[in-house]
Amino acid sequence: MDPSRKRKIRLVVALSTALFLATALIYTSFNASTEAKTPSQLVQDADSGRSYELTGKVVEGSVDRQGDELRFRVRDREGSASVPVVYSGVVPDPFRDGREVIVSGQMRDGTFAAERDSLVTKCPSKFTKDRQES
Amino acid sequence: MAGVGSACLFVGLLTAVYAVGAALYGALAGQRRFVVSARRAMYCLAGLMIAAVVLLEAAYLRSDFSFALVQQNSSTDTPLFYKVTAMWSSQAGSLLLWVFLLSVFSALVLRSTRRKHREIVPYATAVLGGIATFFLALTVFVPEAQPFATLGNPPAEGNGLNPLLRHPAMMIHPTMLYSGYVAFSIPFAFAIGALITRNTGADWIRSTRRFALVAWTFLGFGIMLGALWSFSELGWGGYWAWDPVENASLMPWLTGTAFLHSIIVQEKRGMLKVWNVSLIIATFVLALLGTFLVRSGILDSIHAFGESTLGGKFLAFIALVLLGSVALVLSRRQDLRSEGRFDSFASREAMFLLNNLVLVGLCFVIFWGTFFPLISEAVTGTEASVGPPWFNRYTTPLALVLVLLAGIGPAVAWRRITPANLRRALLVPVAVTAVALAAMLALTPAADSVASLIMFSFVAFVLAVVGQEFARGASARRTISGGSWPAALVQLVGRNRRRYGGYIVHVGIALLFLGVAASSAFVEQRDARVSPGQTVEVDGYQITYVRPTADVLNDPSDTGAPITLGAVFDVQKGDERFTIHPSRNYYTAQDDGSKGAIGRFFEGEATSEVDVRWGLGEDFWAAIQPDLRPLEPRIEEANRKFGGAQFTDAQPLIAAALVESYRQDPPPASFRALVSPLVAWIWIGGGVVLLGALTALWPTADARTRRVRSLYAARVGRELSRA
Repeated sequence: MDPSRKRKIRLVVALSTALFLATALIYTSFNASTEAKTPSQLVQDADSGRSYELTGKVVEGSVDRQGDELRFRVRDREGSASVPVVYSGVVPDPFRDGREVIVSGQMRDGTFAAERDSLVTKCPSKFTKDRQES
Repeated sequence: MAGVGSACLFVGLLTAVYAVGAALYGALAGQRRFVVSARRAMYCLAGLMIAAVVLLEAAYLRSDFSFALVQQNSSTDTPLFYKVTAMWSSQAGSLLLWVFLLSVFSALVLRSTRRKHREIVPYATAVLGGIATFFLALTVFVPEAQPFATLGNPPAEGNGLNPLLRHPAMMIHPTMLYSGYVAFSIPFAFAIGALITRNTGADWIRSTRRFALVAWTFLGFGIMLGALWSFSELGWGGYWAWDPVENASLMPWLTGTAFLHSIIVQEKRGMLKVWNVSLIIATFVLALLGTFLVRSGILDSIHAFGESTLGGKFLAFIALVLLGSVALVLSRRQDLRSEGRFDSFASREAMFLLNNLVLVGLCFVIFWGTFFPLISEAVTGTEASVGPPWFNRYTTPLALVLVLLAGIGPAVAWRRITPANLRRALLVPVAVTAVALAAMLALTPAADSVASLIMFSFVAFVLAVVGQEFARGASARRTISGGSWPAALVQLVGRNRRRYGGYIVHVGIALLFLGVAASSAFVEQRDARVSPGQTVEVDGYQITYVRPTADVLNDPSDTGAPITLGAVFDVQKGDERFTIHPSRNYYTAQDDGSKGAIGRFFEGEATSEVDVRWGLGEDFWAAIQPDLRPLEPRIEEANRKFGGAQFTDAQPLIAAALVESYRQDPPPASFRALVSPLVAWIWIGGGVVLLGALTALWPTADARTRRVRSLYAARVGRELSRA
């Protein structure tokens, strides 16, 4: 086999391997991903038994800790629709009333049962304008 | 003073625009003095930016709240150290830091290349000036990015620095990351210059590889410090969470690592030219993307949350850089023909290529996962994201291959390796690996995690290969020049710093992955609610809550927190016995509207002050979250009774009394303990990487004598011409 043909074959093999791997990656990412929902979307259509990522703001005055369980409500960023959340695990330092949070879990009997340690609280002060307004 | 600062930026913008124009005109019209003038304009720009940063820092140090920026994220009671770091915690201040670093690095590289590469340098100058122009235009024209905005009626007190950012690593972490991001613009600019002038040899690489290595070192060190901060400051006990902004800093580091390897192939064999320019373009674009992600708010991340109007402008700039560069590479593909050929897959250049593919593959995986929410929204209409398990699934095998290659690479020769050579190179390392594997299986529970077991074996392999390289090199030196083993080792490294520095980096990376594999697979964790006297157990450690602590104005980590609540634990495992003292800092809320005059002392920001007992074998890590609910009735009562303005002086005392009552009668607290094996090796590995990088960066004796000789020759030349 002449060298240029050999190089071409090599190139084709390498490219198709890369293409195959990339396809697998892309396919699994769509399968493994969790959908992000706002409280109002979650209330409207949530399949029970399916995991979602809930994003929104902690309702003022709704935070209540009972033993290991943390209960609070999350509302839409703009709007008042809200879902009760029950959570256990590490509570991030910036977590408090009015903060934006992301938490994963499933809907059970109208309550969002969050996965352990899945709570992420958005840090409000870096590069923000909130403080100037307040 | 703010006016002077604004003027610095405005004049800086004009200077940068002039530098671009003069450099381009000089190059196109063949007018050398315009190129020289453009270079001097860049020196001038560096001076202006230094002045601007000094002015702003001075305003922070004297707490001048007529500067809007100082008012927003500093205060008179912010500790001095954090006043200095507050500058880059703001949007505008961090942009100023970016352009400051860019101007200083540009001045340095233009000075060091002032007598070299007469064709490439003018265009490189224009590119660097162009980047500076973009950033300066933001700080001059976009209101929220103006570092010297002023307040008409300056208040008496500022907001203070966000408590979460009060950690020693925050002094260096952002500056290191930014230095890394910014320094990659230097090899990028020279690559563009080389492409435009069709000087596609290795000249541009030789002039800027040092900057590429500096950028890589800074960026890697910055990422490492960020991980250390996460582990020792945040109350969750991890060091990496696949957060979008973390990922954004890792991506250019990965492509930068690939670049540092593949340029060696171009220097030695004149191959991979298209690949090298593509890598440096990708690295620079990813660095811009990293800078952009923090301020865009397009992805949910803990780091970046303010909505910002800068996003669109950044995106346009990134698109311009990317499209322009790709078009340039395509138009120059004839000039980028390879001078050499791959002789064999069993060669060092093939290993370099393979390592590049793995690194770029890693970068692609991380890129896809990071931007998946946007991709998913574009494709399916719903926003969805992938979590850490998805990232781990793909990055773990790639990381395994990467570590294996870090061992094989140094062992194989250029061009083609013969079976005999291969045996000589790999016999001892493979034997060492087999022994290590057998020992691990017999003596440790490492087999519980297959991926970790493989990683441990590969780490042993890398250490053995590099150890063998050093031993063979040193013994060869001894036969040439005699002397002791240590002297021979020093000589060996000194003679080829780049190569042996690189090997030291490989050792560091192997140690780092040792820590990552062990701590992620074998971490033991325990969450519990504990009251004084109670004992909980984790991984054989008996942890007893001895007593609560409650301090006023006595923050053990000097971040300026008024209130600190914590607990002392007695920890025992076998003969080992020690105490740990995790606590939580409470910062007074700035606005007391809803919280009451007393409540604001407790209801502001709070941060975990983690206590870690470091160890080479395992780290014992503990955090605590005191439960303030039982105090609430008393806080409310105090709000009612002492909320009035006549009690302003007494309010802190009342808060202090409530703190004392917590100590007297502590409610149960949430407690988390982690036993993380070998996690210290991540930081040790990082240190070794830094050591290796510095070894490679250190000027060689050769280069020094060459420089002295050329200076001397220049002086003789001048004096002769004068005579």
